[in-house]
Amino acid sequence: MTTDVQTKPVVPYVQVLDEQGNVVDSDRMPKLSDEELRTLMYRMVFTRIWDQRAVRLTRQGRLGFYAPVSGQEASMIGSEFATRKEDFILPGYRDMPQLVWHGWPLYKAFLYSRGHIEGGRIPEDVNILMPQIIIGAQIVQCAGVALAFKLKGEKRVAIAYTGDGGTSQGDFYEGLNFAGAFHAPAVFVVQNNQFAISVPVELQTAAKTLAQKAVAAGIPGIQVDGMDVLAVYSVMKEAVERAREGGGPTLIECVTFRYGPHTMSGDDPTRYRSKEVENEWERKDPLIRFRTFLERKGLWSQGDEERTIEEAKEAVNEALKQADAAPKMTIPELIDVMFKDLPAHLVRQRAEFAEEG
Amino acid sequence: MAQMTMIQAITNALDLELARDERVLVFGEDVGHNGGVFRATEGLQKKYGPNRVFDTPLAESGICGLATGLAVQGFRPVAEIQFFGFVFEAMDEIASQAARMRYRSGGRYHCPIVYRSPFGGGVKTPELHADSLEGLFVQTPGVKVVIPSNPYDAKGLLISAIRDDDPVIFLEHMKLYRSFRQEVPEEPYTVPIGKAAVAREGKDLTVIAYGAMVRTALQAAEEWAKTRGVQAEVIDLRTINPIDIETIVESIKKTHRAVIVQEAQRSSGVAAEVIAQINENAIYYLEGPVLRITPPDTVYPFALIEDEWLPTPERVLRGFEKALSL
Repeated sequence: MTTDVQTKPVVPYVQVLDEQGNVVDSDRMPKLSDEELRTLMYRMVFTRIWDQRAVRLTRQGRLGFYAPVSGQEASMIGSEFATRKEDFILPGYRDMPQLVWHGWPLYKAFLYSRGHIEGGRIPEDVNILMPQIIIGAQIVQCAGVALAFKLKGEKRVAIAYTGDGGTSQGDFYEGLNFAGAFHAPAVFVVQNNQFAISVPVELQTAAKTLAQKAVAAGIPGIQVDGMDVLAVYSVMKEAVERAREGGGPTLIECVTFRYGPHTMSGDDPTRYRSKEVENEWERKDPLIRFRTFLERKGLWSQGDEERTIEEAKEAVNEALKQADAAPKMTIPELIDVMFKDLPAHLVRQRAEFAEEG
Repeated sequence: MAQMTMIQAITNALDLELARDERVLVFGEDVGHNGGVFRATEGLQKKYGPNRVFDTPLAESGICGLATGLAVQGFRPVAEIQFFGFVFEAMDEIASQAARMRYRSGGRYHCPIVYRSPFGGGVKTPELHADSLEGLFVQTPGVKVVIPSNPYDAKGLLISAIRDDDPVIFLEHMKLYRSFRQEVPEEPYTVPIGKAAVAREGKDLTVIAYGAMVRTALQAAEEWAKTRGVQAEVIDLRTINPIDIETIVESIKKTHRAVIVQEAQRSSGVAAEVIAQINENAIYYLEGPVLRITPPDTVYPFALIEDEWLPTPERVLRGFEKALSL
């Protein structure tokens, strides 16, 4: 006699708009005002332009470390739009758009990219951590931030972002499990963009979906069309509000794609994915389908598009100017932020390096 | 004043700080209902409730990441790593995350976390419980590392650690937990982090030690005085990151000779750092080389041979003699 082994935990898949911009699930259509719908489009176009500019600036040596975001706008912007300002975001390194739309000044994002201390000096009223480099480290921290909100009785939510590769880390499971065990207000967003640098998701795991990893932690898991901003917003809003009202954590998998390389530091996507695959994903583009949807409703025009592009270019130029104006760092300044009170050996080293001038 | 063991002094310190500051949280594996595998948190959950003192799932990285998340939201976590041999599981969350938080954010965030953890040899534990891994954190910028050698210091240093605004690794030698009692005031007091203590005065040789090796060094020094009439000065580092080089230099000015007794393996680590700093600050006061009295560079030994591997009073005494003769 054989035992019936369960290998196919079923998670829901949500799509509101299909690739042609048709509404395929009106029950899931989020209740957003016309102005809010326009804001979502504005942010996606703005972000696409800023990303294209950032890629060029990186090639020119005017930015440093940069991970392109084009293709992932719906996942990034739709999910952030469902949060409140008081909610706290723990990002990965590609998640600049969520941070900027959550309040991080663009020039600080540029300074972070260049490797300047001012990048990480998050303004007091902006509820984010700096981009995380270690894959998965933010996920266990997210459980801690969420537990802090629960212990303080604050109706706030902690949100961690990672990618498909991040779900292979031990910290990913530890973070989900801790948040579940503490029934803490956390939302974990996995942007499955199909490749962890070059390794495809099929080599990453035998799991059919990444969302089903929630099942083991005893929390809800849901998969969403990550190229559909309304679907992402709808799923995220539900998860964030459930967490806020004491319903515990959720894992969301956004199925998406990055059009560009992993980072601007020498990655060549032609080594690991075909033009056909890229074309297939570009047909799913989040901007095109949402634009079609809005145009049919009379909520977006060519004029809106052009104005947004101009504003994005202007904002990037302005942010660059601000970034250029940041003072040069000094070694003593770095020593000063090691501890609240400098130990004697660092006082001596500070003097030694100050002398070098 | 009460007679306390080191474990009682630690529980007492946690109790006082939990009462004093409601931002202090105590958590880890088995620390809640069970009061910790060594009973260091005995009675604290009952007294302060499960929102202040609680059990976590069994995952060291999760525990330390939880601490970082709580810390950036204003709490002052005291996280327990059940045995320090398990710290590699949490290395990223301590060394790459909490230790760098203030720096990465240009001072915007900081992590007032204490990582408490039992370690140390001579108590016949299974492997990966007793290892002296403190050297890893001597080379980690952004953390302080404290290792008390007696109940009085344990209480005062733990209170200092909890009140410190930066991450402190607080290592508790298992052999010292219940091996002796000491007068410990019942009220709160602090012992400063980063300050060594002269545990025994002497004019002939400076002996630098920390943790359980302070007891071994003192024992050897007494024996030496009795049999040879030679007086060793024993310095208890108490904090190994940062190292209080001033106290060491003052002693060497008097004795002109020094040895370091350390439970960790010989190469690199605390003893090496102490010698480097002596070289930079006191070489002209020295009349001979500074020696290291340590176990060999092997993996921490099997339980049945650990007593021979760890520095014994006899081996320490031979080291003293050698230092004096060179």
